[in-house]
Formats: sequence, C-alpha cells, structure tokens
Amino acid sequence: MSLLSVENLRVAFPSDHGPVEVVKGLSFDLGRERLGIVGESGSGKSMTGRAVMGLIGKPARVTADRLEFEGQDLRALSERQFRRLRGARMSMVLQDPKFSLNPVIRIGEQIAEALEFHTGLTARQRRVKVLEALEAVRIDDPERVARLFPHEVSGGMGQRVMIAMMVVMEPALMIADEPTSALDVSVRGQVLDIMDDLVRRRGMGLMLISHDLNMVARWCDRILVMYQGRIVEELGAGQLGAAQHPYTRGLLASVPRIDEDRDRLPVLDRAALGACQ
Amino acid sequence: MILTRRLLPPVQFLLTVALTFLGLLAITFVIGRVVPIDPVIAVVGDRASKETYEATRLAMGLDDPLIVQFARYVGAVVQGDLGNSISTGRAVVDDLARVFPATLEMATIGILIGVVLGVPMGVWAAARQGSWLDQVIRVVGLAGYAIPAFWLGLVGLVLFYAKLRWVGGPGRIDLFLDGIVPVRTGLLLVDSLLAGDLDSFRSALSHIVLPASILGFFSLAYIARMTRSFMLEQLGQEFITTARVKGAPERVILWRHGFRPIRVQLLTVIGLSYAGLLEGSVMIETVFSWPGIGNYLTTALLNADMNAVLGATLVVGAVFVGINKGSDALYRLLDPRARA
Repeated sequence: MSLLSVENLRVAFPSDHGPVEVVKGLSFDLGRERLGIVGESGSGKSMTGRAVMGLIGKPARVTADRLEFEGQDLRALSERQFRRLRGARMSMVLQDPKFSLNPVIRIGEQIAEALEFHTGLTARQRRVKVLEALEAVRIDDPERVARLFPHEVSGGMGQRVMIAMMVVMEPALMIADEPTSALDVSVRGQVLDIMDDLVRRRGMGLMLISHDLNMVARWCDRILVMYQGRIVEELGAGQLGAAQHPYTRGLLASVPRIDEDRDRLPVLDRAALGACQ
Repeated sequence: MILTRRLLPPVQFLLTVALTFLGLLAITFVIGRVVPIDPVIAVVGDRASKETYEATRLAMGLDDPLIVQFARYVGAVVQGDLGNSISTGRAVVDDLARVFPATLEMATIGILIGVVLGVPMGVWAAARQGSWLDQVIRVVGLAGYAIPAFWLGLVGLVLFYAKLRWVGGPGRIDLFLDGIVPVRTGLLLVDSLLAGDLDSFRSALSHIVLPASILGFFSLAYIARMTRSFMLEQLGQEFITTARVKGAPERVILWRHGFRPIRVQLLTVIGLSYAGLLEGSVMIETVFSWPGIGNYLTTALLNADMNAVLGATLVVGAVFVGINKGSDALYRLLDPRARA
C-alpha cells in the first residue's frame, strides 16, 4: 500500500476573472521512497506540498478525486483531526531557517513542541528526545545548542535544527520544500546527506521539492517534472538522459558542464513549449 | 575582568540616567528663563516701587551669570527644593506630593484597563482578520482616536452619575469623607484600605471608576490597534507555518508564536501610553475636578506660577525617563536578540 495517494489534485485561487488554478489535476503515488518534484517558480510544486499538509486555507480551494495518507482520506478530516497528523505522521522542512524558526524561542523548546502537542511525555522525557534528535542531525554538543536562540546558529546548523524538529516524532512522510536553496553551497550536500540518512534509516517517505534537477536526480529514486501546474514527465533517477518532454530537455540543455566549450547557454524556448501544451 | 564586566553595565546605566536628568534640568531651567514672564513681578506685583523691584531681583540672584543660576537651581533640586508656589503659597514639592499620587492612581487603573482588555482584543482581531469581531474592534480603535476626552467625560457624568447614580461625581471622594483617611501613599484607594476604612474605599472607588475607565478606553483603543497590526505582521511569518506543520493548536500559534515576539514592541507602546496618562489628562482632570498634576500644571501656567510649572514639568520628565529606562531593561529580558 502506498503511503500517499493523490488523484486529480487541484488548487485554485479566486480572482477577478474567476478561479485561477495553480495545480491542475495532479496524480501520483508515494511509497516509502524518495520522490523528487522539480519545476520552476510558479509551477505549483510548493502548492502541492502544502496541499498535502493541509496548510492551504481560504481563499484558496483544494479539491481532489482522491487524497489518501496511510489509508486515511485527508479530504474528510476536520481541522482538529488534521492537526493530529501534522507534526506526528507527516512533517515539512521549510526553505530558510532564518525565517522558519521562531526568533524568540530557544531551539530546544521549539523541537520539543511537536512532542508536547502529540505525546503525553513529561518535560524531562521530552528533553531526552530533543537531545537525541539533535544528535541524529549530527550536532555534536546538543546540550548547548538546545539552549541557543535561532539567531545564534548558522544557516546550515539552523536547517539541521529544522530537520531535527521534523523527525523528532518519527513521521511516515516528510516533505522538504527547497530545503537547501537558502544555504551556502558548501553545506548543502551535508544537510541533504543527513536528511537522506534519516529518511532511509527510519523508512520514511520523502517528497523533495526543488528547482534543481541535478540535485533531485542525485538524492531521489523517482522524479516528477512539473510545469504550469501539471506533471509533464516522470523519470527514474538514472534516466535523466531519457527525458522526452521539451521542458525537461530544455532545462537539462541549459545546465553548464565543466568540460564543455559553448559560447552561449541555450534558454527555454517558451513559444515552443506553449505549442506542446 | 569578570568583575568589570559585571559592574560596568549598571554603572553605565546610572551614568546615562544621571546625564538624562541633567539634560532635563537644563531644559526646564532654560524654559524658565525664556518665557515672557518676569519672575520678579510675579513675586512683588506690578505696582511695586522700582527700589523694591531691584532689591527683590538681587535677592533672587537674577543678576548672577546664567551658569551660576543653573548650578544653584540644580543644587536646590538635588536637595528637593523646587521653590514655593505663588498661587498656593506652599512648597512646590509638597504640592506635587499631593497632586501626583492623584494622577498616578487614575493613570494606573487606566493603563491596567487598557492592557488587560486592549491586548487580547488586538490579538483576537488579528486572529480573525476581516470577521465581525475584527470590525468591531477596529471601530472601537477608531473611536478612541476620534472622540474628544472631555465630551466622553461629560456624557459619562450625565449618564452614570446624574441619571443612573451608579458612580460618584467629580472629585476624588465624597465631600463628607474628605480628609478622614490619614495620608500615607497619597493613593486614596491604598490609604483607605491601609486605614481599614471601607466607607472611604468604596467612595473613592466610585469616584475613580468613571474617569479611569475613560482613560482606560483611550489607551485600550490605542493598544488594541497597535497589538492588532503587530500581530498581523507576525502571523504572516514563515515560523507560523512551521508551528502549523508541527501540529500546534490555534491558541499556541497565537500566544506563543505570534505574541511572544511582539512583547517588546508592545512594551514600548504601553510604556509611552502610561507615560502619557501620567502626564495628567488636563481634559479629564478638569471635567472631573480631579486634583491631579494636569490640573495643577494648567492652573500654575495660567497664574504665571513658574516654580510650580517647572516643578511639574520636571516630574513629568522624570516619569518619561523612568518609564523609558524601565522598558529598556525589560527589553533585554524579553528579547534574546537585544541581549548581545
């Protein structure tokens, strides 16, 4: 049985000219695997993640023929029931720890929150779990870091804290929405390594949302390419070269290679893309 | 090394406070010299002979260099001597000790009302942005800006005192109870409780409730409006999404994640609002015949009673300095980013 099953997912925002769809009938299944979703800004990839987490509120409208997580119909859940899933069974790593961590709450306390909402653990038991979670993201002195405030740690460390916060309840599904875009290139690999390790060791499903095709190809088993609210192509991780869709091919062609000698990098030919839609 | 690191901040703090007060004294002193009121005539009257005038001027030290006069002024203030008031005939210090507690009592109840009601109203309005509750709270906020204090005071008196008889009228206490309670703090509510005189307490309470509520309404309107806009800014932040992702209930999102970061900003707003009330609301004090500092200051101004004016100005300035320094200290306690 798959972890997450989505059929004909649509997200629409009202506008003066009637509703505008940003996700236009998405269908996919996710097992205990690493699924990459790639696409440019505005392709609807972040909206897809947020729709699964139940984070899209008014005035947007989310509809689907099927939206099942661990056999539960997410569409039928009340806000209170959904809250019980969020943070416990499914979680989400956001883009930039500078903004996604609360500036005035100690790191340890922020990690302990998910435990506070979802378990009956005492403060002392929560503390033990928090330190374990910090160790799991390879933070050497968890006791000290737990007492710090977010502005006192670096971006890479902040993102590891974020990951610790999201795995502390050992959820079944983790969505990572551009988890490394705000980080220095030098720490990206490390953060992804840690995430990958946790996901694999705990048998979680991962949905990695990114605009970086090569990164996703390296860290995921399967890739969905999104363009203008639709899935235009599905690829196994090793089959980037076999991409058929002109959008994917255009993207791949515009990536510079270190050993090449091209005067100009090609850009996407949107007129041609429009013709295939 | 460690010793100096521990000792330095308090010393620095005291130094800046002292400097601020010196500045404040300089300003009140200069104001006292530039106003077009002749302090000699204010004392001897405008029918005194030229000889009397000159003698008094010399006796008051007014032909000394300004810097000498300023030093004398500072020296006197440090010793608690603000001169005598020509309109009450008493020492200004004694006058202030009488009128300031009256204002302090009313302002404190006012700000308590403003904070206790205004902060939750602002938070709820932000949480339900655009709902009818939000609309009501915004209209209340607007009313707090638009309605003049004296009008609200008069209407309140007509309705709750003259018609309904729910509250006491003007003044701090019923006439026949006036002066019975021994003065300890100058705050009638406290003094009457200390004396165990419940009749006086009830009477004082019934007199203070209306003017304090009106002051409370104005600070509530301001505080609610500011709280609402601070909260809206926070609720749009990404860390609110993080809290949602963790499965935080609405209450936690509002008060822990939204409200905690705005406490510092709110402190400034509340501090300034309180300082404004402590300055004495002339309108409210006049309408309610409240013997507070606002009333005292206005009367003194109209009588060209410069010692009283300067003394009262000094107290108001000291209140502002005190509240600012107090909220500075609280800042560091509430915002980890300000501690570095």
